[in-house]
Amino acid sequence: MSESKKRRVRISRSVINVLITVYGLIMLYPIVWMFFATFKKNEEIFGSVRLLPQTFDISGYISGWKGTGGISYLTYFLNTFRIVVPVTLLTVMTCALVAYGFARFRFPGKKILFMILISTLMLPNAVIMIPRYSLFNKFGWINTYMPFYAPALLATYPFFIFMLVQFMRGLPKELDESAYMDGCGTFRVFTQILLPLMKPALFSAGLFQFIWTYNDYLNPLLYINSATKYTISLALKLSIDAESVVQWNKVMAMAFLANLPLIILFFSAQKYFVEGIATSGIKG
Amino acid sequence: MATAKSKSIRKREYQGYLYILPWLLGFTILQLYPFIQSFYYSLTNYSIMASPKWVGIQNYVTLLTNDREFWNSFTVTWIYTLYTVPGKIIMALIIALLMNRNMKGINTLRTIYYIPSLFGGSVAICILWRLMFMDDGIINALLSVFGLPHVQWLGNTKTALPTICMLEIWQFGSSMVMLLAALKNVPQDLYEAAELDGAGAVAKLVHVTLPQISPIIFFNVIMQTINALQAFTNAFVITKGGPLKSTYLLGMKLYQEAFSYYKMGYASAISWIIFGAIMVVTLLLFRFSSGVVYYSDAGEF
Repeated sequence: MSESKKRRVRISRSVINVLITVYGLIMLYPIVWMFFATFKKNEEIFGSVRLLPQTFDISGYISGWKGTGGISYLTYFLNTFRIVVPVTLLTVMTCALVAYGFARFRFPGKKILFMILISTLMLPNAVIMIPRYSLFNKFGWINTYMPFYAPALLATYPFFIFMLVQFMRGLPKELDESAYMDGCGTFRVFTQILLPLMKPALFSAGLFQFIWTYNDYLNPLLYINSATKYTISLALKLSIDAESVVQWNKVMAMAFLANLPLIILFFSAQKYFVEGIATSGIKG
Repeated sequence: MATAKSKSIRKREYQGYLYILPWLLGFTILQLYPFIQSFYYSLTNYSIMASPKWVGIQNYVTLLTNDREFWNSFTVTWIYTLYTVPGKIIMALIIALLMNRNMKGINTLRTIYYIPSLFGGSVAICILWRLMFMDDGIINALLSVFGLPHVQWLGNTKTALPTICMLEIWQFGSSMVMLLAALKNVPQDLYEAAELDGAGAVAKLVHVTLPQISPIIFFNVIMQTINALQAFTNAFVITKGGPLKSTYLLGMKLYQEAFSYYKMGYASAISWIIFGAIMVVTLLLFRFSSGVVYYSDAGEF
């Protein structure tokens, strides 16, 4: 390559670098703006392009935290975690078991069952939503958290099963064989040999399930109807519907707090996110 | 001895059933049964309070011939899908291609682009969107700085739907990370071979890069389409379907018929039309892809 061509390539490269950085910052701007809006007064939020607030006023957080109708955001956060934590743990446990069954055993009908599993990836929630509601209604599960726990307990998350099967297929089968030689049963092979090796994949699956359940709005909307059991997403929706004049700094403060656990989780476990998306092709 | 051993191995293989049991139950009770039930409901009059009454295909007939709102929602949903799915994928592809080289700070950049996806369609972000695009909101304030006229983003039937689509497209980061990973896996020798044949940058993109990552693009398009056709939260929180039902997606109509008016049978018919749309699109995509998507192995296991 000639000297001038090399230089042209170098210049165009740095132009591209600048462009994608600037564009990335524009993408991030709404979140940054949201953070500063939580400290602004209602009048300041509107009609101004200033990013920083005139004074850092935390009254939005204080009055927002009190919530509506005497129920504070502490309740909403606790409720949300009461759903999200068990759902995440159950999903990871049962999906790992099922993935082990598919990845390591050759039983009659396995191919067909696995094909069914893959095809349920494309089964739209819209179609099964109403009968599921009617079923859970018969069980007396409306306004409880059982409609969240049951699908996790019964491994109805084909995404994660598929992801874990793919991961397990990458682990050498000789490990199992030698453990069988030593007299291990299948369950011990699973818990003592495979599970420890699968930690990154389990972690990725757990992270995604955590985030999806945390952000979910439709299912809480369907199944929860008393305000003491509300999740954060229901409470936030209520906060913009309940008052005729919305105190936006309050709402933004609580919306930002709602995002905070995800931000913390993301930055403490970034590696698993990227690996999880990359290896499984899962949409995050 | 040999047969005894193989017998014990056979026995061991059957334990697989035990491990997949949770899924077998879950699939039967929470997926297959509701799936069949849903089709049955779509042929009945059913409010959750009383048992379903058979009406045959009447729900479908009413939907298709006597429900203006349905055709509006149907159109709105297709427009939403046609904006968001290509919008997201093209955005993800462009940024991923630009980022696919050895550069400093790539991890930070990838993080920045991923953050919007992290929050997904959460209510918090929908509320943020609503606030930003209000008539006297930050977006219009920014427009005036550049001397541009104000836009009634959410109050106008022409701009409300695109504004909601923007929120979805904004979350292209997860697709981008996926494509970036796929790009890193394209074998380098393919590029070297192409260079020997005198291929330029564009030729390499068209003949090497895109075919190699086409399975990932294809998978993305299908999953995004399935999600877009049943989208609900964005429109429900930001515009409540308005103004003048211009953002009244099928997912919203389905929800309101079922859980506001308790017309579960009618709503089930809507859900089967959504399902039908998904099947048609998926089949068309598979058809189209058989000539375009490139698989390097048959994927046996």
